[in-house]
Amino acid sequence: MAKATRESFGETLLEIAERNPNLVVLDADLSKSTMTQAFLKKYPQRHLEFGIAEQNMIGAAAGLALSGKIPVLTSFACFLVGRLENIRIAAAYNKTNMKLVGTHAGIGIGEDGTSQMGLEDVAAMRALPNMVVLQPADHEETRQAVRWMIEHQGPVYLRLTRQKMPDLHGADYKWGFNKIDVIFEPKTKPSKYQATIVASGGPAPCAVEAAKELEKKGFSVRVANASTLAPFDDEAIARFAKDSQRLVTVEDHNINGGLGSAVCEAAGAHGGGVPIVRLGLREFGESASPEQLYEKYGLSSSAIAEACLKNLG
Amino acid sequence: MTVSAPDLKNVARTLRTDIIRMIEAAGSGHPGGSLSVIDLLAVLYWKFLKHDPQRPDWAGRDRLILSKGHACPALYAVMAHRGYFPKEDLLTLRKQGSPLQGHPDRLRLPGIEFSSGSLGQGLSVGLGMAMAAKMDEASWKTYVVLGDGELQEGQCWEAFMAAPKFKLDNLVAIIDFNNGQIDGPVNQVMNIEPLADKLKAFNWEVQSIDGHDLGAIEDALAKAQKGGGKPHAILAKTVKGKGVSFMENNIAWHGNAPKKDDADKAVSEILNG
Repeated sequence: MAKATRESFGETLLEIAERNPNLVVLDADLSKSTMTQAFLKKYPQRHLEFGIAEQNMIGAAAGLALSGKIPVLTSFACFLVGRLENIRIAAAYNKTNMKLVGTHAGIGIGEDGTSQMGLEDVAAMRALPNMVVLQPADHEETRQAVRWMIEHQGPVYLRLTRQKMPDLHGADYKWGFNKIDVIFEPKTKPSKYQATIVASGGPAPCAVEAAKELEKKGFSVRVANASTLAPFDDEAIARFAKDSQRLVTVEDHNINGGLGSAVCEAAGAHGGGVPIVRLGLREFGESASPEQLYEKYGLSSSAIAEACLKNLG
Repeated sequence: MTVSAPDLKNVARTLRTDIIRMIEAAGSGHPGGSLSVIDLLAVLYWKFLKHDPQRPDWAGRDRLILSKGHACPALYAVMAHRGYFPKEDLLTLRKQGSPLQGHPDRLRLPGIEFSSGSLGQGLSVGLGMAMAAKMDEASWKTYVVLGDGELQEGQCWEAFMAAPKFKLDNLVAIIDFNNGQIDGPVNQVMNIEPLADKLKAFNWEVQSIDGHDLGAIEDALAKAQKGGGKPHAILAKTVKGKGVSFMENNIAWHGNAPKKDDADKAVSEILNG
């Protein structure tokens, strides 16, 4: 069933709250959008409302974490990561056990437009030592990633979608930290894939659709899903670089500093030699429906398929 | 351990000479703000803080955050004299491998509650600590020592706004009001006055004192122990470079290390002052 990853996050918080009495949730006037409402209704004593003041919320989270609490602080990705210096010091440098949850990632938010779109957050968070960056793409991944995040000691940035995401996995799926998973294989395994698409977050299902279309046209295209963006599963990329004619990255984020960069860095560090096509944002977004925006900015299944075809030999 | 007022005056004198010698040895650092804040830290660490230097992570300890992290030579001197680490280590300030980093680093020096130095963040962190104590119904207190210049950071005002909402009467903000910052006097660079009125309007309990009068500091901190439902602010009027005539109110000594001649002169003035 299709569900926004922000919804899956809100549900999971509620599931794990009882046996994690130190878990506290911090909000900056967006709890209705970040899906912490169910938690705050059930655990009002463990919900702290900071108003529209993210810097203070981030600092307070550090103080709570240093006093034994597990603060989960939520806002839109852009508003949270916009306070980069606060996160740099209070979360990363102090290595505090805070969990930063940025929802409304990318152009997938649609009509609200550019000022509400987190498009640089992964780049900023990847540059911070000690910071783990997670971007699950469906309900099951989100459930397991949230559980892992709460158990993990140290700062984590979790990037979530506003838009509904179809299920990529069944309930038997085992999510692994820092593990790039293959989520689509062509029926006939080739000696060398014509392309391996590495996708993350919002457009991951579109990448699968694109690969299916290309398979119908006779192309052997595999899709992998990167739900951990920092650290990064370099080994998987090195394998893909060897058994694929090219790599295509797909992300709802600026192509600089996000998944596309991570894949280039990993491939380069392992000897390179494989062309890499990066799909994602090169500019700011605008207001329109999410579907229109994914089409225009090259993240829809047809746009991804087209970009692959243009580059397939 | 408590000491009587005259003794603490001697302690503060020694701490001041340590600050001078540390910064001289380091060849860089911030003497002005360290000398203005030292009397506040001395009274806190000798008379108020519940802490155990042998167990810096003791859960029941009071928390102190030096939000104006550049004044860490003062904090290091106090910590050494209270037994957190050997006094000889003070001369390793800012040297490679030293736990005494140029600004406090909690992961390198046990007893530091928060790695500060990026101004404006400390009060928010202290607020989070005070919230945790309230949630746990714990009796420990949180003290945050701020500079006056750093109150120009908007984040401080987010924290000033939030603390009364959460009824954090276990939080004490102590402002080292020396009216000096790198680019000049605070009231010229970007005036923060009338500060007492502003904080009262934000619903804080506010006391204004002479930040070099050990008795007055003690009285103000004693009053701040009594809850009352509101957070406590102590505006401590201080003199940048206090105790060294040629450093006093001279902004050139905000972030400059004295060479041996000046350091000797400073130490001799402090000891005879």
